[in-house]
Amino acid sequence: MNNILVTKEVTKRFGSYTALNKVSLEIPKNSIYGLLGPNGAGKTTLIRIINQIIHPDQGTVLFDGEPLRSEHITMIGYLPEERGLYKSMKVGEQALYLAQLKGLEKTEAKKRLKYWFDRLDIGDWWNKKVQELSKGMAQKIQFIVTVLHAPKLLIFDEPFSGFDPINANLIKDEILRLKEQGTSIIFSTHRMESVEELCEYIALLHHSEKILDGKLSDIKKAYKNNKFHVGMHSENGQIDLNGIQSKFELSSIAHDPIENQVSFTVQLPTDDSRSLLSYLSEKGNIHHFQEKIPSANEIFIQTVQSKSAHE
Amino acid sequence: MSKLRLIVRREYLAKVRNKSFVIMTFLSPVLMVAMVVLIAYLAQLNDSEKRIVVVLNESDFFSTDFQTTESVSYIRFFDVDLETAKDSTSNMGYTGLLYIPNKKDLEMVAKETTFFTKDSPNSLLLKKIEWVFEDRLRQSRLQDMGVSSKQFATVDRAFEINTTSFLGEQNLKHINEIKSGIGLAFGYLIMMFIIIYGGFVMRSVIEEKTSRIIEVIISSVRPFQLLMGKIIGTSLAGVTQFAIWIVSAGILLVIAALFVDVDLSALSAGSDVITETVGDTMMPIPSMSETANLYTQEVFELPWFVLISSFLIYFVLGYLIYSSIYAAIGAAVDNETDTQQFIFPIILPLMLAIYVGFFSVFNNPHGPIAVGFSLFPLTSPIVMLMRLPWGIGEGGVPIWQFLTSIFLLLGTFMGIVWLAAKIYRVGILMYGKKPTYRELYKWLKY
Repeated sequence: MNNILVTKEVTKRFGSYTALNKVSLEIPKNSIYGLLGPNGAGKTTLIRIINQIIHPDQGTVLFDGEPLRSEHITMIGYLPEERGLYKSMKVGEQALYLAQLKGLEKTEAKKRLKYWFDRLDIGDWWNKKVQELSKGMAQKIQFIVTVLHAPKLLIFDEPFSGFDPINANLIKDEILRLKEQGTSIIFSTHRMESVEELCEYIALLHHSEKILDGKLSDIKKAYKNNKFHVGMHSENGQIDLNGIQSKFELSSIAHDPIENQVSFTVQLPTDDSRSLLSYLSEKGNIHHFQEKIPSANEIFIQTVQSKSAHE
Repeated sequence: MSKLRLIVRREYLAKVRNKSFVIMTFLSPVLMVAMVVLIAYLAQLNDSEKRIVVVLNESDFFSTDFQTTESVSYIRFFDVDLETAKDSTSNMGYTGLLYIPNKKDLEMVAKETTFFTKDSPNSLLLKKIEWVFEDRLRQSRLQDMGVSSKQFATVDRAFEINTTSFLGEQNLKHINEIKSGIGLAFGYLIMMFIIIYGGFVMRSVIEEKTSRIIEVIISSVRPFQLLMGKIIGTSLAGVTQFAIWIVSAGILLVIAALFVDVDLSALSAGSDVITETVGDTMMPIPSMSETANLYTQEVFELPWFVLISSFLIYFVLGYLIYSSIYAAIGAAVDNETDTQQFIFPIILPLMLAIYVGFFSVFNNPHGPIAVGFSLFPLTSPIVMLMRLPWGIGEGGVPIWQFLTSIFLLLGTFMGIVWLAAKIYRVGILMYGKKPTYRELYKWLKY
């Protein structure tokens, strides 16, 4: 089995509202998987089903090849979007409690907590009360509690919301390190740009349905449309834009008279970028040439638009 | 350690370590004892205020009556007219003036006698004076009829009917009230426990919701486990608190009685006054001590095993039913102010049980109302306990009623906990909505 998690036609209704409609996903082992979509698309519902907080009306979920069972809870770490801690409990005590709820022995939990507390440089917080901590500090604790039992699958719902940039980077690095160690990770977010660089695989959810999934590089390849972004120097007077325009389809042309630069986007009929580059190199100095790869957000918008156009 | 035990432990410790809980635990007995002592002291004070009544007796009667007692002093005025007597009584600040005019016979004298006071007179004092007149009038009327007071004394004896149960045991007159009282105390204890600790469960659920830790927890344990752990942990904390209260209140009361010079029996002073007066006049009342022994014996012979074991059953089931409803309410709302509309319907059956118990079961422990409310599961924990001092079976609660009541309670318990768990499971993940009953009903189907 190469998938840590598979959902098959999972459907969940709340009364007359369908929160998930036949969503099928395959999440490969040892990857970072982005579950993307706007608010209300059904991401949190799906994650709650994976965490067995709620149960699907139809469809099955396989964890590591087996139908989801309550024992799998200990193999999953979940950092919910709505997260908090008991305010009047001490940090160490609370972390220990939550770790034990995930099935860790007390002594083992203590050992690991010590390791993580030292690692994130918060060793002296053990006896502090949570209400004395700042929001960022509390989030570090929440992160530790999520990963402490070394789960096979980690699920982060809107992980970076509320983190300050320094902590966000720290957490990002820790997540990448865990991935190196073999953990599979699901990121769920509506701010697609925040995780795009991290994800190898993505699924797009919209109006309770999956509209697109797969390897991010494949998706981008499929969605790229032979657009190239070009920047040229014009130190020897004017660049013959009209000449270029007569051969290629240009858009978003911009002049920078101070730097003597001009930039534009070229739409090619095929992906034959070599002929474009050689043509342009005769016209002047090129300082910038890049294929325009659509962002996840752009792909999302495009997909949603084409879907609604079909309907 | 199992997850349930972990949760119970945390809930227990969180409660017990809570500052206000600790303060309440140790302050309440002090306050309670202080209150009892204060009431006793005030009762004593009230009673020790001596009343002075001026008697202006112009008649030929009552020359030996109105002797000063512990609570009332009688001063006699002679050879003054009524107006002067009134003035001086009022000027001296005495309680009142009893004016007995001079008429030719007792009936006339009695008719014209007036008691002057500044404010409306104390009813007990008035009663005492009236008794004297009644007594004299009765004697004189008897004399007119040719009956000597000695003869009358043999005729006018109080009669008490013998009361015996069908089994032939002798019943004591007020033992029913005592039995009901004991049952009522048990029922009251259950009600207080439900209201206090049910509220704690509810607040604890709300706290988990508002601190947003709930989703972290229920990704590790089933919501039902959390619900049960919370209820059990909170009630263990409650049992701890109750135990501390009972023990320390007992100790404090003893200490207070020893060191503070307050006679706790002053609490029952009111009734003493009446018996004293009755004793003064004609009928000596039978000595209390031998009956008291019978009562003590009777109380000892109550079916304590049945009482205590069924108290535990009704307590546990009743408390679980109500506290799971409290938990469901906590889950349904975002903050405590929204709970009001849901709490009233919970407290209603509890209050009803206590009042029905007080007004109906007290008089007729096995009447139709008592039977009905002791079967209905939301009131049975309180009402049935009031009936159980009569035992189960012959002369007490019929076995079928007892079993039906337990069975209904058990069934309701499972049903309510199931419903509450459903509402709880959905509610804990709902934010920002003020739910209606209709919405709660919808949640049951999620």
